[in-house]
Amino acid sequence: MTGSPFIRISNVTRRFGDVVAVDDLSLDIDKGELFCLLGASGCGKTTLLRMLAGFESVDSGSIEIDGIDMSRVPPATRPVNIMFQNYALFPHMTVDSNIAYGLKRAGLPRAEIESRVTELLRLVRLSGMGGRKPHQLSGGQRQRVALARALARRPKLLLLDEPLAALDKKLREDTQFELVDIQERLETTFIVVTHDQEEAMTLASRIGVMDAGKLVQVDSPRMLYDRPKNSFIADFLGTVSFLEGKVKSAKGGMLQIDGPIPVTAVDPGGFAAGDDVRMAIRPEKISLSRESGGGVNEVKVTVEDMAFTGVASNYRVAGPGGVLLKLTQPNMRRGEPALEWEETGYAAFDPADVVLLRD
Amino acid sequence: MAAVRHFLTRHGRRLVVWLPLLWLVVFFALPLVEVAQTSFTEPRRGIPPFAPLWGFGEDGFFTNFNLENYGLLVEYSQDYLRPAGNSVRLAFFSTLICLVFAYPMAWWIARSSPSHRAILLVLVMLPFWTSSLLRIYALIGLLNTNGFINSMLLQLGLIEAPIRMMQTDFSIYMGMLLTYLPLMILPLYAVMIRLDDDLLDAAADLGASRVEVFRTIVLPLTVPGIIAGSLLVFIPAVGEFVIPALLGGPEQVMIGKVLWTEFFRNRDWPVASAIAMLLLAILALPIIYARYQDGRETALDRAEDAGRGGAA
Repeated sequence: MTGSPFIRISNVTRRFGDVVAVDDLSLDIDKGELFCLLGASGCGKTTLLRMLAGFESVDSGSIEIDGIDMSRVPPATRPVNIMFQNYALFPHMTVDSNIAYGLKRAGLPRAEIESRVTELLRLVRLSGMGGRKPHQLSGGQRQRVALARALARRPKLLLLDEPLAALDKKLREDTQFELVDIQERLETTFIVVTHDQEEAMTLASRIGVMDAGKLVQVDSPRMLYDRPKNSFIADFLGTVSFLEGKVKSAKGGMLQIDGPIPVTAVDPGGFAAGDDVRMAIRPEKISLSRESGGGVNEVKVTVEDMAFTGVASNYRVAGPGGVLLKLTQPNMRRGEPALEWEETGYAAFDPADVVLLRD
Repeated sequence: MAAVRHFLTRHGRRLVVWLPLLWLVVFFALPLVEVAQTSFTEPRRGIPPFAPLWGFGEDGFFTNFNLENYGLLVEYSQDYLRPAGNSVRLAFFSTLICLVFAYPMAWWIARSSPSHRAILLVLVMLPFWTSSLLRIYALIGLLNTNGFINSMLLQLGLIEAPIRMMQTDFSIYMGMLLTYLPLMILPLYAVMIRLDDDLLDAAADLGASRVEVFRTIVLPLTVPGIIAGSLLVFIPAVGEFVIPALLGGPEQVMIGKVLWTEFFRNRDWPVASAIAMLLLAILALPIIYARYQDGRETALDRAEDAGRGGAA
């Protein structure tokens, strides 16, 4: 099935006074996809979400859902529902009435409403709680009521604004998988807005990273992490160490780069001798040991800082020229004890793990 | 100093509670008991103008309990109960009119930008800064047969003869509205400002029209403000007699006016006290009812919680 994508956002711009909240943004989303808009607060992701729901008008550009232009469709009749960050449950209504609200507005017969509410309560594992008021529920239960209410009208597109932000860490992890599970079962298209990169990585099949009203990169979580397009993305998702250098030679698919730390890297193509480059290396891709292994990309370093987190230890080490590297060592049982403060050792990384950035 | 501080730390909390309570007992409860007592005494010429209800005479302790004052209220119901009815009707319709005007105004203020909000709230309260009597006289100046409005309309040639606005229900309710509107706006504003915008968006997102959003979300969630505002207007409006006296005709006698006449002109304190007790009953009933409703709802919620707790 080719043809136009399920959701097509074309050159959408939205201004508030002098501030451009969403800047000439284009994005296609497929049917049944769980897409995540990731960005810091104020990047325009919530504005984009509200435009999809119909609460904000579009200054220029267009939004199409299932081939229909949405510019003249009010929120009430869009095939879109939204789950609000604070859930926005109606405090004076029971759980049942909250979930049934959208169905009543649609004028469904009573029996049909009742059976759908029962079915939704089962879906979000709240059977038997229908008679309660929102203030009698825990945070996690409220979140599930909000989800059930937003799904009640069987929207083609469900928007979720920071769906897990109000939950504590433990509950958040369980709920993440539950949310993905429900999405896969219903095959509804989900767009999740979040500022939490871990949440985005776990939930989404594709992530769009936003900054200053623009989409910086749209990719799968793995691609975003391993092949960030620029230093903003590399820095925003996870931890990274940056190195600066100049390409000395490019041959045989390998680059030799000069700098405070000479680096050998796999050439992603398009680099020539004399180019200035910026490199990013993920902390878990750098190994640290007492003895020199004698391989490529090995530097002698001094431990500046070390933090034990349980699964791993996070190090900050200083190399030649004072270049700082951040690295993570899993706490596996090894013959030698871990390096401590002020000790010297050898940090090494694979040429394939060096990410070359073009900015 | 140390002793004072020691006393305050030990008894500070009790002091904070008991001092105002003592003040209330002395200046509120005792006079109320006095009025209630007086309503059961016999009138007489003298100071005070009623016979003591109880005391110690030549034959020892005596009581002089007398229900006649209340009997008079019923017997001359034309003179007493009808004005009470007038007052309740005036208070009821004043409350209703204030609600109709205040609700959209409060909504508009609550929805304006924060900087505008402050200005609008000051404007709402501004009339309180001048004497209410002065405002009533200003209103008379506007509504009179040869007042500002009639003169203007005559000048513009819109009417042939002046319209009679004074001494009508219109002038009375204008006066009541002008005086009591802020008391209705403020509690309504207080609940509306706490109403989460997302609730309205959520309702619209779920397919509700603007009318449905109002009926199913806004109205039920602003009921506490409606009740509070209505009580704030209704209670003083029942006792109001200056506004009807100045703006209304002579046929509209209010219970407050009757009370005043009995007390100051006829010097019949026992009957005046009986009227005061009647007025209190009229006022207390709606409040008790409102409290009862409120209490029943929380009790129901609690009972449900307890029931679930037991079942779980």
